[in-house]
Amino acid sequence: MLRLEPRTEASRLMQWCSPLLAATLTLLAGLAIFWLLDKDPLEGLHYFLISPVKDLYGVSELLLKATPLMLCAIGLAVGFRANVWNIGAEGQFMLGAVGASGVALYFAESDSALILPAMLLAGALAGALWAAIPAFLRTRFSANEILVSLMLVYVAQLFVSWLVFGPWRDPMGFGFPQTAMFHDAALLPTLLDGTRLHLGFVFALGALALGYVFMNRSYTGFKMRVAGEAAEAARYAGFSARRVIWIGLLSGGAAAGVAGMAEVAGPMGQLTDKLNFGYGFAAIIVAFVGRLHAFGILLASLLMALLYIGGEQAQQYMNLPSSISMVFQGLLLFFLLGSDVFIHYRLRIGRARA
Amino acid sequence: MTDRRQFMLSASAAALAAALPGSLLAQEATRIGFVYVSPIGDAGWTYQHDLARKELEASLGSKVQTRFVENVAEGADAERVIREFAASGHKIVFATSFGYMNYVERVARQFPNVTFLHATGYKSGRNFGNYNARFYEGRYLNGVIAGRMTKSKILGYVGAFPIPEVLQGINAFTLGAKSVNPDIEVRVIWVNSWYDPGKEREAAMTLISQGADVVTQHTDSTAVVQAAEERGVYAFGYHSDMSKYGPKAHLTATTHHWGEFYTRTVNAVLAGTWKAENIWGGFKDGMVRLAPLNPAIPAAVQAEVKALEEKLTAGTFHPFTGPIVDQAGKERLSAGAVMDDVALGKMDFFVQGVASRLPNTR
Repeated sequence: MLRLEPRTEASRLMQWCSPLLAATLTLLAGLAIFWLLDKDPLEGLHYFLISPVKDLYGVSELLLKATPLMLCAIGLAVGFRANVWNIGAEGQFMLGAVGASGVALYFAESDSALILPAMLLAGALAGALWAAIPAFLRTRFSANEILVSLMLVYVAQLFVSWLVFGPWRDPMGFGFPQTAMFHDAALLPTLLDGTRLHLGFVFALGALALGYVFMNRSYTGFKMRVAGEAAEAARYAGFSARRVIWIGLLSGGAAAGVAGMAEVAGPMGQLTDKLNFGYGFAAIIVAFVGRLHAFGILLASLLMALLYIGGEQAQQYMNLPSSISMVFQGLLLFFLLGSDVFIHYRLRIGRARA
Repeated sequence: MTDRRQFMLSASAAALAAALPGSLLAQEATRIGFVYVSPIGDAGWTYQHDLARKELEASLGSKVQTRFVENVAEGADAERVIREFAASGHKIVFATSFGYMNYVERVARQFPNVTFLHATGYKSGRNFGNYNARFYEGRYLNGVIAGRMTKSKILGYVGAFPIPEVLQGINAFTLGAKSVNPDIEVRVIWVNSWYDPGKEREAAMTLISQGADVVTQHTDSTAVVQAAEERGVYAFGYHSDMSKYGPKAHLTATTHHWGEFYTRTVNAVLAGTWKAENIWGGFKDGMVRLAPLNPAIPAAVQAEVKALEEKLTAGTFHPFTGPIVDQAGKERLSAGAVMDDVALGKMDFFVQGVASRLPNTR
């Protein structure tokens, strides 16, 4: 008989092995799916995992795709560690894009080197401001931040839509919902010639480093962790629950805002109404697969980006449906949650001893 | 002698083979990529493009090999997908949604030997053409039918976004209906999405509850036709023939046909005669058609529509022929004049007969 026996202490080993186990099981399940679809499983894995990074350009695209995921996920992790559930990074991402676009459009005539820093600041502030709404409602009225932050995603989408159909619409754009293309001073410089990898990737690495220092090395980070793991203990120790909520939501909002800024000032070069890319939602998976840890998030966002691009290539070269990416993401999360059971339980064979 | 000639022939053939790109002589299929904005599904915008892709394969056989990527977001991802097609030896790339425009433009500059075709945009370049269809022609005919069939004189229209293409459709529909029934009014509900069956259905239900007995939509799902079937009113399909989603309700549909255009374009590229153009085809070019008319439409009305359709095909009738008066009563086009393509492409008003107000009017 197989049975699960609670561990006396959470296993640190399993905490780190669980994502690896999940990744391995995802691969195996992927092989089975390719086989069931009558496709060569090895060819499938080749297009999914190897072909996207076959050359430098491919690697640059992987890093480009991972950039918004890293930014959103590290911001969310700060809150998640403290049990502050910001589900609205998607909307905070959009607001960040709006803030940055506002600066770019307002200073469209200027070539000042200050435009990009101003856009970065505006993006972070706008994202944080959007996250401040659920923070305020939670601390003031105990409104559930999960619902409020999620609902604000739709408000953000409509706000963007209103802007690009109305006051910010490109007068030369034939009525299409888009702003004018940003001028050069408002575009992030690329890191590698001939690729689209831009300075935003450096922002993401910076955010990861900052996140690491804050969560693992600072006293406030420690307090937030305690608040997440043992709320009673935190209260007894006199840590402010309000402060935890504010920090958790604002850091998530600011990081997602920077991601939105990097998207419009990077590969898009303008604001359009098609900002619902799902990075803010996917980042929730990334944060958990990455164990709410900066280094884990780095790896998880690369893996997630690989699944997206691999899914495109599997379509392009093997005529697989677009849902294949989603299937892989779903498998990954499913196996991760399954593997996580073994952090707190161990598998025993035989009957329980009395 | 024969041997020598044969030798000469094969030698010159070899020289030719060396001079020409391999694909022409080795009969290697020309690879063609398609980028779709939504999943293919079984009706709608992308479905029609995919039908056309299959028509292209059927008509050119082994000369071409097509590949597609569906559900490509109109953001940074699009450039990667388009570029991957070009970089992996595809000679022609069809990018079938407006939001791909700037990305196509960038990739087209990097790959001068690849031909790019972009649907519904307004930019073009040396190796980068754009194409679209005059859907409003079909809408006008739908409007004529609606004007004849309505009893309540209220027509419902579910719109995605107030961009020129959608406004052309609503206005043409209204003009068509008013041409046979001057007292009608058209009510519009915006759902702010190209594909959201839930919202589309809700909008249709609202319009029907307000008395609309003919409804149509400029969105991507079949929800409006289904809602009409359920409530026992009439509807028009769009993009695809949607009659199987509402056999009683579905009067006809304005359908999109890109197959001939794709075949023609690919043949021109293969022959080396292709030039970047701005294509905007209608009934005349076979790019817009009506789905079979529902037998519920009286024979006289069917004949009336047929006659108009022939005029559109012959190019002797334009739905936007003046006088055209907007909601505020301002004359936008004087009597007898025909609206030019620039004005059509920038349309930002509702004609008289539309009861709803346009959002964001400044």
